[in-house]
Amino acid sequence: MLFWERFRDNLPYFLEVLIPAAGMTVRISAGAFVLAIVVGLALALLQTMRMALITLVVRAYIELVRGTPVLAQLFILYFGLTQVGIRFTPVQAAIIGLGFNGGAYLAEVFRSGIESIHRGQMEAALTVGMTPMAAMRWVILPQALTVVAPPTTNYSIALLKDTAIVSAVAAPEIMFKARNLVMETYLSAQIYLLVAIMYLGMSLVLSWVSRRLERRLAVSRSISDETVTFA
Amino acid sequence: MSDLLAVYREHLGEWLPQLIDAAGNTVRMTVLAFILAFIVGLALALIRLSPLAPLRWFASGYIEVMRGIPTLAVLFLIYFGLADFGIIFDAFPAAVLGFGLSGAAYMAEIFRAGIESIHRGQMEAALTVGMTPMAAMRWVILPQALRVVLPPLANFGIALLKDTSVASIISAPELMLRARDLASSSFLPLEVFLLAAAIYLVMSLPVAFLTRRLEARLARGQAHG
Amino acid sequence: MTALLKVVDLHKSFGATEVIKGVNLDVAPGETITVIGPSGSGKTTLLRCINYLERPTSGHVYIADRLIGETWDGKQFRSVGDRELAKERTEMGMVFQRFNLWPHLSALDNVTLGPIRVLKQSPEQARAEGRALLEKVGLGHKADEYPERLSGGQQQRVAIARALAMQPKLLLFDEPTSALDPELIGEVLNVMRTLAREGRTMLVVTHEMRFAQDAADRVIFMDHGVIVEEGPPRQLFGQPQHARTREFLRQVVER
Repeated sequence: MLFWERFRDNLPYFLEVLIPAAGMTVRISAGAFVLAIVVGLALALLQTMRMALITLVVRAYIELVRGTPVLAQLFILYFGLTQVGIRFTPVQAAIIGLGFNGGAYLAEVFRSGIESIHRGQMEAALTVGMTPMAAMRWVILPQALTVVAPPTTNYSIALLKDTAIVSAVAAPEIMFKARNLVMETYLSAQIYLLVAIMYLGMSLVLSWVSRRLERRLAVSRSISDETVTFA
Repeated sequence: MSDLLAVYREHLGEWLPQLIDAAGNTVRMTVLAFILAFIVGLALALIRLSPLAPLRWFASGYIEVMRGIPTLAVLFLIYFGLADFGIIFDAFPAAVLGFGLSGAAYMAEIFRAGIESIHRGQMEAALTVGMTPMAAMRWVILPQALRVVLPPLANFGIALLKDTSVASIISAPELMLRARDLASSSFLPLEVFLLAAAIYLVMSLPVAFLTRRLEARLARGQAHG
Repeated sequence: MTALLKVVDLHKSFGATEVIKGVNLDVAPGETITVIGPSGSGKTTLLRCINYLERPTSGHVYIADRLIGETWDGKQFRSVGDRELAKERTEMGMVFQRFNLWPHLSALDNVTLGPIRVLKQSPEQARAEGRALLEKVGLGHKADEYPERLSGGQQQRVAIARALAMQPKLLLFDEPTSALDPELIGEVLNVMRTLAREGRTMLVVTHEMRFAQDAADRVIFMDHGVIVEEGPPRQLFGQPQHARTREFLRQVVER
């Protein structure tokens, strides 16, 4: 069919533009993912402190961030904050926006993961003279890791796809570069098909990596052996 | 902070009616896409249970592909890509189609989990009173599964409401697009987008709270069940 | 120092319900005390108040004349911070009804986590001492096993070794055999008998009357949040003074 022949001919040029863009997609995803984990963990741990005011603030933040569209948050960061003199680059806005948004989501995942660990585990740790924080570090969080791994890796895959949205603030990732390519060549069908294939490929790879990681975490106990014996 | 309030005092009367009007489109888009996703998703979930392998593979394939592609890419394919083949959609229908077909994959997974959560014994009991598998599905499994899937469905709907903001990128007439227009014409993006975000919040929070209460009640019910 | 553990006028309420209604208790060094009583009598809560897993509503706890969980600032008692409380808890070991071993760590690592992370011992020293303790409870050969592969009785013995590893002055046992299958109870009680004979100071909440009779220096009977009667086992079991004590013992024997 003519479509596929033309597609094959144009492929090298498309890839020349889109593969570096894919690199940017990965970079933005990775940056946002790390930020989301840090923010999520901080918010979850804050909630375990059981101080009414802190819990209230944290919950309000989570409700606010999760109850509004990511796109709105990106626009506020990229366009809105310029009114108060804060100017982010598209990539900065993308990572900060997606990261803090993801942090609100992961906070819930981490909190319920931590709470799923039986209270007796914490009590036993307190009984050997650990502070609650030390107990978190050596007893609770290592166990919670296995519990939160699947939802966290699922989130990473969703995050990868969500980076497409940051094209709206002109971040030079796949979707943005693809639109430019279309404006240049008018070959919408071919280009967006390629885009879909690229995202699908990246998702499947990330999915595969995630399943393997989950399996290793569930089976492997030697991780904790190492943390205990090497002071 | 006081500047913020001053801006709102001056512009709220002008902005709010426009944004609420556009929010009506957002709701309409959400409802239509939800219905489409529900129907297609349910069909996919049932096809997945078919004894015919090719049908199962088709359904599984569809789900895998749709879950691996950003919704925005699906929107672009439908709105721009299909135009190359002479199939032209307006932005609003393209958005409904895109969110519906993409969401169908998540719906299918929700239904699958719901169906699988119904104890095997229920199907077996239905078969022993002489029902066909299809009849058992219709009268025994699905009615029970529907209760189980209610919270995930509600959560999907809430997420969909917020995701429709992405349709602004193909200029579909909904809340976010109107907000962008107002933001650029007024040069006050911060106030406009905060207001738009607040409207999304007002739309989504009550449903979110109700859903959480529903989840809690169902969880208690399951414990005694 | 006369009493190793001193509990003074302890009260504990959960919301509107008062569970401990004024308990006074002195435990001398080397004493083994068993606490018996019906469910709901407050015996477990008493134990958990002593190491401040539950915060007493009023009253005070002293270990070796040191105030636990609070300080006196000259005008009033103030709660003590997490770090200080953690340090105070190193003086007391606890063995739980449901063992509460840490499943992601081997038996040896369960025993050595406290010494390494809290007492800051070197891993080599901690592991050597940990192995010795596991030998002592009869599980030297299971040092590298994970809790899920150990029987209930074995897990509880590891839990005892874990408590001993912190070199506590006082050992608290919260119904240590109640969650065990009958044939596994003996191995745990034997370890406890050994510890009692060695002169450890132990406070044991239990339903095992034979253990109370054999190993205890003193038996305390609690009911409805108060100590009804206490005394040497021969006296309490042989000639109980109070009607409630007699009633309880009768029920227990009939089982």
